[in-house]
Amino acid sequence: MEEKNKNSRRKFLDKGLKLGIVSAIGGLGLSKITSKLNATNTDGSGDKMELMTTDGTLIQVDSSEVIEIEHPTDHDKKYNVREGMPNRKFVMVVDLAKCTNELKCQESCNKNHYITGDNAWLKVYKMQESEKEAPYWMPTLCQHCDKPACVTVCPVDATFKRKDGLVLIDAERCIGCRFCMAACPYSVRVFNWSEPAQGEMSEITMHADMAQHTPSPEYAGMPSIKGTVDKCDFCPHQIHKKELPHCVAACPNDVFYFGDMYEDAVTNGSGQTVVLSKLLEERAGYKLLEGLGTAPSVFYLPPVDRLGDFEEGLENYNEFQSVKKPE
Amino acid sequence: MYTHKKIISDLAPKKFGKRDSIWTASLIVIVIVGIIAYIDQLIKGQEVTNMRDYALWGIYISNFVFFVATSFVGTVTVAILRLTNNSWRTPLVRIAEIISVAAIIMAGITIMIDMARPDRLLNLFIHARLQSPITWDVVIIPTYIVISLLLLYFPLIPDFAILKGHFKKKKPKLGKFYGKLALNWTGSKAQKLLQEKSIQILAIMIIPVGLLLQTIDAWLFSTTYRIGWDSTNFAPYFISGAFVAGVGSLITLIFIIRKAKKLENYITNHHFDKLGKLLVLACLIYLYFSINEYVIPLFTAKKGELTHLETLYSGTYSILFWAVTLLGLVLPIIILLFKAGRKPLPMFIIGLTVVVGAWWKRYLIVTPTLLHPFLPIQGVPESWHHYFPSLHEWLITIATLAMAFLIITILVRYLPVIPIQRTIDEQALLKTNNNPTES
Ligand code: SF4
Ligand code: SF4
Repeated sequence: MEEKNKNSRRKFLDKGLKLGIVSAIGGLGLSKITSKLNATNTDGSGDKMELMTTDGTLIQVDSSEVIEIEHPTDHDKKYNVREGMPNRKFVMVVDLAKCTNELKCQESCNKNHYITGDNAWLKVYKMQESEKEAPYWMPTLCQHCDKPACVTVCPVDATFKRKDGLVLIDAERCIGCRFCMAACPYSVRVFNWSEPAQGEMSEITMHADMAQHTPSPEYAGMPSIKGTVDKCDFCPHQIHKKELPHCVAACPNDVFYFGDMYEDAVTNGSGQTVVLSKLLEERAGYKLLEGLGTAPSVFYLPPVDRLGDFEEGLENYNEFQSVKKPE
Repeated sequence: MYTHKKIISDLAPKKFGKRDSIWTASLIVIVIVGIIAYIDQLIKGQEVTNMRDYALWGIYISNFVFFVATSFVGTVTVAILRLTNNSWRTPLVRIAEIISVAAIIMAGITIMIDMARPDRLLNLFIHARLQSPITWDVVIIPTYIVISLLLLYFPLIPDFAILKGHFKKKKPKLGKFYGKLALNWTGSKAQKLLQEKSIQILAIMIIPVGLLLQTIDAWLFSTTYRIGWDSTNFAPYFISGAFVAGVGSLITLIFIIRKAKKLENYITNHHFDKLGKLLVLACLIYLYFSINEYVIPLFTAKKGELTHLETLYSGTYSILFWAVTLLGLVLPIIILLFKAGRKPLPMFIIGLTVVVGAWWKRYLIVTPTLLHPFLPIQGVPESWHHYFPSLHEWLITIATLAMAFLIITILVRYLPVIPIQRTIDEQALLKTNNNPTES
């Protein structure tokens, strides 16, 4: 497996290099063409157009200056796995006011990542800060910290931070020292203490899925490897398909929002997109254990004006189980 | 006053007696059982341990920290005894260096036992990342092993030359073996100068390396955010703890070796008295840093910290905590302050309690902290809320301890544990000083 993967990685690098050269040459050609196009248009048509810049100011431009550019459809796929998708910065918002511990997020995450063992990557905590405060449900997953403690301590660079914000694990490299687990203040990392019995999650789908899958840090749990660490990967495999991470899509209460900080937009499971900065400001968004300085990429909205009763969630609460085993 | 002949025949390595053979054989059996358990762990995975996602480190790590701490004895004896040229050190330093070598080798092996993917050991070099304290360990431990080995070997060279002559007729094979190790030693002035210089350089080198080793060990913990580890006091605390563990194990082993090899004439009550004073000093320094670590935080502790301290003072770990603190630290200080307490037998008992206490202290450093993460432990089986080592962990850990004893036993069997040449030289010096009363 390791050998095969190395090969495929080499191939990938090879391809990446070639693509890079081709696009560089292509880019040169394109810029020549556009300069020619522009040259024919220099006299200007006199028609003015109103446009809005990214910071919201209205400007006027001569309409002849405006050229339609084609959106690159595949720019999310051409990059180094360790570098990340260019010009993106993924964030998540968790609205604690809406969570009623339905655990659909956890189920979906467990199923789609073939999580085995006893400890799920996404957990819903029963929280109560003090006796005077009302209890609430708090979903937790890897916070994809901008100053990740786990990455600092890893001796072999098996867990790494990408420019697009994701913290991923190369399970083919991990030596199983568990230092990262000791370092993570959010206790979100899980270990494959034995040979992962992933088949028990979903025998048929797994074999079909994994057959044509090359292991990559971008799809954790595909497969899980004995003696290495796993955790939430923020689902880059879903992002490629232009879909939301499994938990976001599965939540019936729209607790999760996922999006890009550079676009200042996050989308919830029902497909509503909102302005991130506005949401955080209006709802007093905060980060978990912010004082530690880990700078998480996950924001929390406080559990005020609750959607449902806390008690409703107790029905699903199970102290001992976060990974549902097949019957 | 002894003649050269008597000194040599007293101090030259002797064949194992029956008792020694039984001892060695039992060590080998324990090691083999441990290896079998380890192979089982390799096949089944760390699942055979009782470590889980919360108690993600266990006695493998605390045992590792213990070995690293014990290996500090080499540095201490060099720093305090060799460099200051204390005259009473002669019969003690070599034993200290033997312990140091055995302990640091076992530390290296123990940390690999904890690794879940030892097959990827090379990744530590191929993909080494400088900012991880583990990488610093990968550098410092081999360095310390090399320096300790050389520091054991260089002073041995003249003794090997003596042994070569001693065994020439009786056991030509053994004599030849020592001859090879003696590297053409003739005892000429130039050779002596070179040897002395090399030892001096090593002795100066081992001090910063030894201190660094303990410091890095502390940083393994204090570079995390965890309550109970995230302490700026940790490095000096570890160094002082290592001082205690090292001197404690030295006293214990010296007592055993003296008995087994009948060295009462060479290692006297006087030596124990001095060592006792050294141990008191070590314990007092350790007590000082322990107060810094466990008492002072009480005044400013935040909620999480307080819970952590409470589990030690009155909670789940209180019995162990107080046993380790009172029996392993306070009581030894009190007993050792009296002259009668510094006699060989009481010293042996104290040394043993101190070492056992030091081992469990490392357990208390690792385990309680892991079981008090920032977020509450939820959604995992009940058994994950606690940690106590499994049978596999015990078998393997005991095997590592047995292996350390085995290394020491073999070295003690084949090396003169008390430097022969030096003892002869010192006797000669005494004679010329016309002061033949002391031995
Ligand atoms: S939450 Fe933990 S595992 Fe995730 S990036 Fe932060 S420190 Fe690393
Ligand atoms: S367990 Fe793996 S990912 Fe974690 S620190 Fe060790 S090598 Fe890195």
